[in-house]
Amino acid sequence: MRPARTPGWGVASTLAAPALALLIALTVSTAVLAAVGASPSRTYLTMLEFGVRPDSLVSAVNRSAIYFFAGLAVAVSFRMNLFNIGVEGQYRFAALLAAAAGTSFDLPGPLHLAVVCLVAVLAGALWAGIAAVLKTWRGVSEVLSTLLLNYVATAVIAFLLAEVFAAGSATGSTPELPPSARLPELDGLLALLGVSLPAGAHLGGAVLGAVVLGVAVHLLLTRTLYGYDLRMSGLNPAAAHAHGIDPRRMIIITMLVSGGLAGLAGLPDLLGNTYRYGVDFPSGAGFTGIAVALLGRNSPLGIALSALLFGFLERSALILDIEGIPKEIVTIMQGVIVISVVVAHELARRMDRRRTARLVREGAPATPTAPATPAGPAA
Amino acid sequence: MRAATPRPWWRRPHVVGPVLAVVAVLLAVSMVRTLTGTEALTGSGVVGATLRLAVPIGLAGLSGLWSERAGVANLGIEGMMIIGTVCGAWAGYAYGVWAGVLAGVVGGVLAGLLHAVVTVTFGVDQVVCGVAVNILAVGVARFLCVVAFNGLPGAGATQSPPVRGTIGTISLPVLAGGWGTPDLLGRLEQTHWFLLSDAGGILRGFLHDVSWFTVVAVALVLGSVLVLWHTAFGLRLRAAGEHPAAADSLGVPVQRMRYWAVLVSGGLAGLAGSYLVTVASNVYREGQTGGRGFIGLAAMIFGNWRPAGTVGGALLFGYADALQLRQSTAVHVLILLAAVLLWMAAIVGLRRRPRLSGVMALLGMTAFAVFQTTDAVPTQLVYATPYLATLLVLVTTAQRLRMPAYVGVPYRRGGA
Repeated sequence: MRPARTPGWGVASTLAAPALALLIALTVSTAVLAAVGASPSRTYLTMLEFGVRPDSLVSAVNRSAIYFFAGLAVAVSFRMNLFNIGVEGQYRFAALLAAAAGTSFDLPGPLHLAVVCLVAVLAGALWAGIAAVLKTWRGVSEVLSTLLLNYVATAVIAFLLAEVFAAGSATGSTPELPPSARLPELDGLLALLGVSLPAGAHLGGAVLGAVVLGVAVHLLLTRTLYGYDLRMSGLNPAAAHAHGIDPRRMIIITMLVSGGLAGLAGLPDLLGNTYRYGVDFPSGAGFTGIAVALLGRNSPLGIALSALLFGFLERSALILDIEGIPKEIVTIMQGVIVISVVVAHELARRMDRRRTARLVREGAPATPTAPATPAGPAA
Repeated sequence: MRAATPRPWWRRPHVVGPVLAVVAVLLAVSMVRTLTGTEALTGSGVVGATLRLAVPIGLAGLSGLWSERAGVANLGIEGMMIIGTVCGAWAGYAYGVWAGVLAGVVGGVLAGLLHAVVTVTFGVDQVVCGVAVNILAVGVARFLCVVAFNGLPGAGATQSPPVRGTIGTISLPVLAGGWGTPDLLGRLEQTHWFLLSDAGGILRGFLHDVSWFTVVAVALVLGSVLVLWHTAFGLRLRAAGEHPAAADSLGVPVQRMRYWAVLVSGGLAGLAGSYLVTVASNVYREGQTGGRGFIGLAAMIFGNWRPAGTVGGALLFGYADALQLRQSTAVHVLILLAAVLLWMAAIVGLRRRPRLSGVMALLGMTAFAVFQTTDAVPTQLVYATPYLATLLVLVTTAQRLRMPAYVGVPYRRGGA
């Protein structure tokens, strides 16, 4: 049962938890910085100064698109109490196949781009589908199978690169994608808004895709029958089953959707930055995506905000090495944020519950309202 | 009618089954070795490497066992191991190798404390917390590595300087040639007799040049069995995982039991991490754990949340890893071994599960066809052997397992 809320209380408690988490993270990182002999205030000021430069902001936004896709992929599965921890393997596998597909045929402009994206989605879904089938067919926990499949993906990618897609290439990577398969840059759009970018900085087209997809996933979760089934399966599997929702079907579909979204996470880099897939292709976004989803409470808007925060943190950390401060402090910050946000939400939920109990005791009519926080494993 | 007398322990099903399985596997391995001439399959070299690689996996599995038996899912084992590696490498460099082992345990316990506070006290979803612990651990290790090792000789941005000193090894006298005595098993192994030499080679692998660390790990497994199944403390701890409300009503301090379990779990995971920097290698490297924490969890699941089974699972995954590392060509023979084992399983299950048997026989046939038509497993794919073996084992065992009833369920008095 959902606790009753008075208007305004829900928003406050939704925002209070992340704010508290950020505060804890700042405290911890201040303590850590002081412990290793770096000045915390100087560190934060340097980061802020560098981070808000226009080119830094653009780069942070570009980065956050990657984390947004990865976070969205994780969140869709989390909403159903499925733990897709294998986004890392899924998006790298998808990026490789997309890179290979993009160079193997030629199509006019947008069509080429669309096909490359489709291949990425299908490849990501395929890799996640393995875990879905193992779960429904043999009851293998998806937490372990998706994790182990990350390592298998590393091996398969190395094999496919060396023996199939980049065989005989001196660089060890796939050939460069033709311009028709690349994402357009959005600098013109910014210029329309009256923002001019410094030389060398470009806003990637993936950002627009992220916005569109975020809205689409929001609608999918809140306005479709599938989204209803998914949320219901996550909130109360027994009730969902009794309601006629087939859990196996939901597991398969949700893992495929999650994997498909994961497949997109490699595209901002592949189609907007490297244009080829090689052994040095950027990795790690899948794990950051888990952190982003947890911080964003599995809702598209929250994930967008936390992806922006992570992108900003990572970009502004780059200056620290020049200043002689280990930039790895940011990875600690991210970890502390994630842990404290789940704790803060649990505390907020308990407070809510106690408040409801008090209201019920005092005989106030409990008015059911829509839940302000989306349900999920972190709820 | 006579009252049923309890069967002697060696005839109980949970003893007979595994023993028969071991004998069957030994037969299959011996057959495949003789047929293909791949002596490495049961050589004491590979078995010794199996043992060395199985120790961290087994300790990680034991770590999971402690935690999950008390009802706390621990997916943060990988992260706790990472903390163990970086702490172990730091103390090992500064104060010597055994200090490193101890520091690894301390680091793991601290990480376990975090998991305990978040999951037991605050009641956060245990899987989520485990994942978060892993994310945090990677960050902490990266930061500590830069702060502690920067500028030291032999260190890099993602690597520590070498640990000082090594942990010694021991061989069993007479059987495996310790202290200058004859090496009887070694001679038996050299004869390449069917079955006898295989048994000899495997035994010698377990008894020859065994690290003292491994001896400690084996003692810890035995100690865990003793504590968890033969003391009141262990009974209470397991009660917290099987039915916390019932345990609470009988006066068991559920939360305190869960704290103990997760702290021990963290310590064992940290120990597994320090093994990687003191025995398996002598430096800390980023990404060194390579998912062993998760493989350890899989070993525990394979072992049905029991110590003996966990050790069996760890040895199995260690074997896949050892074969992959020492003789990658032998991995190809594993496909044939898989075919033989699948056929054996098909025959065993013919009467009770005919359809599954059919599927298994067919899979065995496919594996055999793959073995016949290929010459070698590509080197890049050989790397995936332990992970694939883990997945395969999960696929075959996942449905007939029984985990502690309340794993993953936070406990609050009064159900609030």
